[in-house]
Amino acid sequence: MILLKNNTLFLWPSDRILVWVLRFCAVIAAMIVFLILLFLLNESIPVLKHVGMSRFFFDSTWSPTEGLYNLLPMLWGTLFAMVGSVLIATPLGIISALFCHFYAPKPIAHIYRQIIQLLAGIPSVVYGFWGLVVLIPLIGQIQPPGPSLLAGILILTIMILPTLALSADASLANVPSSYLKGSAALGLSRWATIRGVVLPAAKSGLFTGVILEIGRAIGETMAILMVCGNVVQTPKNIFEPMRTLTANIALEMAYALGDHRSALFVSGLILMLVITGLVICAEILSRKIIYD
Amino acid sequence: MTKSSCRKERLVTSLIWLCVLLISAVFFWIFGEILWNGGSKLTFDFLTLAPKQAGRGGGIGPILISTLWIVGVAMAVSIPLGVGAAILLSEFKSSENIFILLIRRSLDVLAGVPSIVFGLFGNAFFCKTLGLGFSILSGGLTLACMVLPILIRSTEEGFRSVPEDYHLSAAALGLSRISTLWNLLLPAAVPGLIVGIVLGVGRAMAETAALIFTSGYVDRMPTSFLDSGRSLSIHIFDLSMNVSGGDPNAYRSAFVLMLILVLINALASFTANYFFKRRIITV
Amino acid sequence: MFRLFSILVVAIFSNPLSWTITKAYAAKNKIILTGSSTVAPLVSEIAKRFEIQHPGIRVDVQSGGSSRGIADAKQGLSDIGMISRELKNEEKELFAFTIAKDGICIIVHKNNPVSTLTDPQIIDIYTGKISNWKQVGGKDAPITVVSKAEGRSTLELFLNHFKLKTTEIKSQVIIGDNPQGIKTVAGNPNSIGYVSIGSAEYDFENGVPIKLLPVSGIIANRKNVKNGSFPLSRPLNLVTKIKPTGLIKEFINFSSSKDVNDIIKEQYFVPVAE
Repeated sequence: MILLKNNTLFLWPSDRILVWVLRFCAVIAAMIVFLILLFLLNESIPVLKHVGMSRFFFDSTWSPTEGLYNLLPMLWGTLFAMVGSVLIATPLGIISALFCHFYAPKPIAHIYRQIIQLLAGIPSVVYGFWGLVVLIPLIGQIQPPGPSLLAGILILTIMILPTLALSADASLANVPSSYLKGSAALGLSRWATIRGVVLPAAKSGLFTGVILEIGRAIGETMAILMVCGNVVQTPKNIFEPMRTLTANIALEMAYALGDHRSALFVSGLILMLVITGLVICAEILSRKIIYD
Repeated sequence: MTKSSCRKERLVTSLIWLCVLLISAVFFWIFGEILWNGGSKLTFDFLTLAPKQAGRGGGIGPILISTLWIVGVAMAVSIPLGVGAAILLSEFKSSENIFILLIRRSLDVLAGVPSIVFGLFGNAFFCKTLGLGFSILSGGLTLACMVLPILIRSTEEGFRSVPEDYHLSAAALGLSRISTLWNLLLPAAVPGLIVGIVLGVGRAMAETAALIFTSGYVDRMPTSFLDSGRSLSIHIFDLSMNVSGGDPNAYRSAFVLMLILVLINALASFTANYFFKRRIITV
Repeated sequence: MFRLFSILVVAIFSNPLSWTITKAYAAKNKIILTGSSTVAPLVSEIAKRFEIQHPGIRVDVQSGGSSRGIADAKQGLSDIGMISRELKNEEKELFAFTIAKDGICIIVHKNNPVSTLTDPQIIDIYTGKISNWKQVGGKDAPITVVSKAEGRSTLELFLNHFKLKTTEIKSQVIIGDNPQGIKTVAGNPNSIGYVSIGSAEYDFENGVPIKLLPVSGIIANRKNVKNGSFPLSRPLNLVTKIKPTGLIKEFINFSSSKDVNDIIKEQYFVPVAE
């Protein structure tokens, strides 16, 4: 908080330049999202004008070549897949980070970190391909047809896990060592230290990780497209195929023209609105958890 | 320690090991598949030759170069921008400054923008509006937008970890802002920055949808940043989803991609260590 | 705002480079093609040969789908568009040149005992009236129907042939490109799908566990596509906005000539030039 405050000690001109450079960086970074929003709006206006927003929620189905534009099933699909995978990946990711810091011997922790870093860099096509040849036949044996919400949730879980695990790892590293020493002096067990000292201290970092993770889960396209079956319907159980908004864009954009194309941009726009909504919710939540 | 807490302790420990084993098992399953199908048949020629027959034959020489250039551009743009923004953000709490709050929230939204939307946006903005055409530059800039939120978030966490005392002491010593930043804050933020870079590079290397509309599909050796160049991930996507019989080379390319990633990660930690050693105080 | 920001970004990141681009764009020795992902790998290979024969000329091929091929050609963003279908009525102002042909066949898993399906049976399967292989002489197992995403040219061709509407199709899996369809069918013994004959034949010959079913009694192979007897076929086209001249004309002529028949066959499509 002190670095950028005005005070009489800091008289070097280079310092003033520094502050402006930093502000400039931040503004550019923040502008991108507005540019994207502008672009999406610009592309979706034609269809919004002569079809109207309500048709995107109340039409009988999604079949843009026949003039039907219901996006609701895909919106549910996106949310279900996101919630499912985040619910599984969050504990696993935090456990991964705890493991590296408190449970694993140093060399194993090092190797495990490398593994997680590699997981972060496997292209989504490879995950999707693995899901297609390994996961889907397995699920298909339990409950046909195989491509399903469950497959999507599992693949997404593996994909977003590294994002959370790595950022949780970094925030655990930032817990001051004096806390740990203090808790050791009190004779607390390892788990009690983690639960009572480490996790509360690393709260804000973990929260950041979860937000990044949610973003990734919503935005993921290619792997989801390969394993979810892509049928436009609201899944009634986890074994039913479904389609997410991102898969919808990726599947149909290549061959869409006119209103169909615009409608796909509307899916993009709705996706952005959903994310904005989630971010606002997270903000309200975080004020309660972190800053009080 | 009581007996029951001892048992609980043991239970938690075994649970944690179990989870970790599960994650590692999944990783080795996927990685094993890539290694088995790609690593065993990898030759040096594959790394240097140009692709033939739409990628079924030949190698990935030009594609490797394009990939490195694209990721290089993305990182060269996003790291300075990201670190700059992260410093500014880490100096304020969201609750006290509406401008900072706005920036932070818009970055959160940016983190969730689907990659294909980035692709279409990059195509409209970098390729058309700025007139860069299908080029490595357009692709790199699009990726830079994409990895920015990840980079900023992780780096910011790093800067936040510096205790306030340090700032105060630095101010008391009359250090300039720049030297406070360079000698005190930056080294302390290094772990966060490494995580950001590793995640960012991983994301950039793995990206397909954002690049197909920006850096393009041409598999010729690039001669400038304004040439169109196919990235490794697009190549893998094309081979496995668009070219029949492309799977063997898709696996091989995926294996190479992972090797590069290991190298880049090692390089990132090495550079970071250099910074880490330069710090004045130990946290 | 948009423009101001653009100028800013250009000034920072690409000042020296932006000059080179204006020069590169002005040069007349570059042909840009964009469009269908089915056609792109084929044209990429043709372009490589064209480049060897015409030193100093560069042909850039970009993928992204038929609709992009049409849109880019119309807007003048590309010199030539690539599409994997015929021109639609509203696109008739463009000029189309067929360079190759492709067919669409029905595929099932190799272990599926069913070896022929009549047109009405296929229609019933795809509309959900038949939902078990038992009903068409196969095992007692539910059918997994694999269909294509809305707007894809293979879907349109399939619908036209069987006189169906998109909304009537009841499928369990919807896919994008052909290899995805083949992988889905190969991985699920009870599924049925329709894909490009070229891709299916290639994978079948390379041991992928799938089976090509005849359509309306005509065996699905490239020979029958070539002689026109196979009912489900489509042209692969290059399209231009204005009547092609000069280098562009030369490239289109080259692409539809006999000189590239070997490349077309290598990509498992059907050449049209004799």
